[in-house]
Amino acid sequence: MATLTLNNVKKSFGKTDVIHGISINVADGEFIVIVGPSGCGKSTLLRMVAGLETTTSGDIQIDGRRVNDQEPMDRDIAMVFQNYALYPHMSVFDNMAYGLKIARTPRAEIEERVAHAAKLLQLETYLQRKPRELSGGQRQRVAMGRAIVRKPSVFLFDEPLSNLDAKLRVQMRLEIKALQRELGVTALYVTHDQVEAMTMADRMVVMNGGIADQIGEPLEVYANPATEFVAGFIGSPPTNFLSAEILGQSGDAKIGVRPEHTRLSDSGSLKARAAYSEALGAETLVHLKCADGTQFTVRQDAASMIPQEGTEVGLDWDPANEMRFDSSGRRC
Amino acid sequence: MAEQNGMVERRGAGLWLVHLGLIVGIAFIFFPIWLAFVASTVEQQDIVRPPMPLLPGDQFFSNYARALTSGVNAPVSTMLLNSMIMAVGISLGKIAISLLSAFAIVYFRFPARRLFFWLIFLTLMLPVEVRIVPTYEVIANFGMLNSYQGLILPLIASATATFLFRQFFMTVPDELAEAARVDGAGPMRFFFDILLPMSRTNIAALFVILFIYGWNQYLWPLLITTDPEMNTIVMGIKQMFPSGDDTADWPVIMATSILAMVPPVLVVVGMQRLFIRGLVDSEK
Repeated sequence: MATLTLNNVKKSFGKTDVIHGISINVADGEFIVIVGPSGCGKSTLLRMVAGLETTTSGDIQIDGRRVNDQEPMDRDIAMVFQNYALYPHMSVFDNMAYGLKIARTPRAEIEERVAHAAKLLQLETYLQRKPRELSGGQRQRVAMGRAIVRKPSVFLFDEPLSNLDAKLRVQMRLEIKALQRELGVTALYVTHDQVEAMTMADRMVVMNGGIADQIGEPLEVYANPATEFVAGFIGSPPTNFLSAEILGQSGDAKIGVRPEHTRLSDSGSLKARAAYSEALGAETLVHLKCADGTQFTVRQDAASMIPQEGTEVGLDWDPANEMRFDSSGRRC
Repeated sequence: MAEQNGMVERRGAGLWLVHLGLIVGIAFIFFPIWLAFVASTVEQQDIVRPPMPLLPGDQFFSNYARALTSGVNAPVSTMLLNSMIMAVGISLGKIAISLLSAFAIVYFRFPARRLFFWLIFLTLMLPVEVRIVPTYEVIANFGMLNSYQGLILPLIASATATFLFRQFFMTVPDELAEAARVDGAGPMRFFFDILLPMSRTNIAALFVILFIYGWNQYLWPLLITTDPEMNTIVMGIKQMFPSGDDTADWPVIMATSILAMVPPVLVVVGMQRLFIRGLVDSEK
């Protein structure tokens, strides 16, 4: 249990700056998800907290201690890797116990802690197996178990679910979140999947090109994106962006409207031509093309009318749902 | 069904022909060894009087006992022991040194790392024979003639094995090293606890090759051992040939040849099982 503080943390590889100063205060027991497209520096940031990358400038503090120059093991963290990084020649038990053995924990305590973690993760019957004899989901659990037995102050997750199939991902997502609640450990979780970010995070950090565009609670970020990038990245299908011009307004601002806030109606001020639609069962995504070529997506209930391809329809929305961004992408 | 199998399995005349070819080939290679074995079980007169016998005689135990206990210059048991110490020393030494140097080259960032790698790689192109005179000089000055150190040390570094382990280490995912770091394992701990067990199959394969390499060393032991008590078996066989007017004790020489073959064969057969088992349950 601990707080985690990043204070204007920067990272450069040679002359290339990859992280341009990120500050965040993570409260004890909080679940923070760092989300962003690939190459935005989110994994690098996590690895800096872990101590696997050096910090170019700024401070990283765990529970008020500055840990910049400490080895990973001294930072009191545990990390779950994307490919699990289980030791292939060791049994599940040894994989979980390895860190404790190095720390010279008494044998009885090791056994007790591993047994406890195995129980939490339903791995009790697999303790003597080798990682290669386990399924992807079980390997994922062992990787979690290895983190849990160390009783760290901070959990670090580096895209832990991206190697699992879709169904398992949804299940593990819930399990990880429940486990983190139960253990009450501060967690930092990196993902490129905005659904994971929305569902798991207490607060999320949306990163773009080495900058934290927005830090906030998921619904807050969804409802009030700080930048055009955040509006486009969070939410699926992504926010539609229209130039002010096409709406008959002045200036070079961009207007964002979410697909779920838009209605198809003949009275709509904006006309667009239906290009194609994707029926998902519960809902249908209608993709349209405006007069100036802008793509526009509308989310329609299964029961609603789906326009024929090529027909012209009107688009309408509540002005309260409009998001306006200036030319630099900032909200205005 | 037969037609389907026909793609892989030859039938009828083809099958017999293939087997005949293999049998002839094996007989061709095996015949000299058989002759050596026959010669090691008969008496001296039977060998020198033509035609040579093709079936084993009744002197097996007495010839082998004579070879093992007295030999010609030194007892074969002594030479076997010398060869064993040398071959095991060379192969274990080579494996230890190349594991460590590959570990250094792959996992540590030190100045001129690439240069060192290429220097090691370059020595691949220098066979023992090229540097044998200076090596002899060095070993002689250290007073290591007629000693196990002298037999082993000059042959103990291996660029090939270093290169092999380097290639293997580079296939080990980086996350494994990072996970070990998070778990608190220092570099050497990581090496012993994780890299070494993962390299088991490579080590087994290399041991077979290096053991035979060490066992078959001829020129180097010939140069630095003058004391018959330090002879290795491969060069010892040559030393058994008479100089001048002495007659060659063929049964004992042949018994020695057969004995010289046994340990490498045992190593190959014994390690092959481990080697193949390692290949089957791949663990990466």
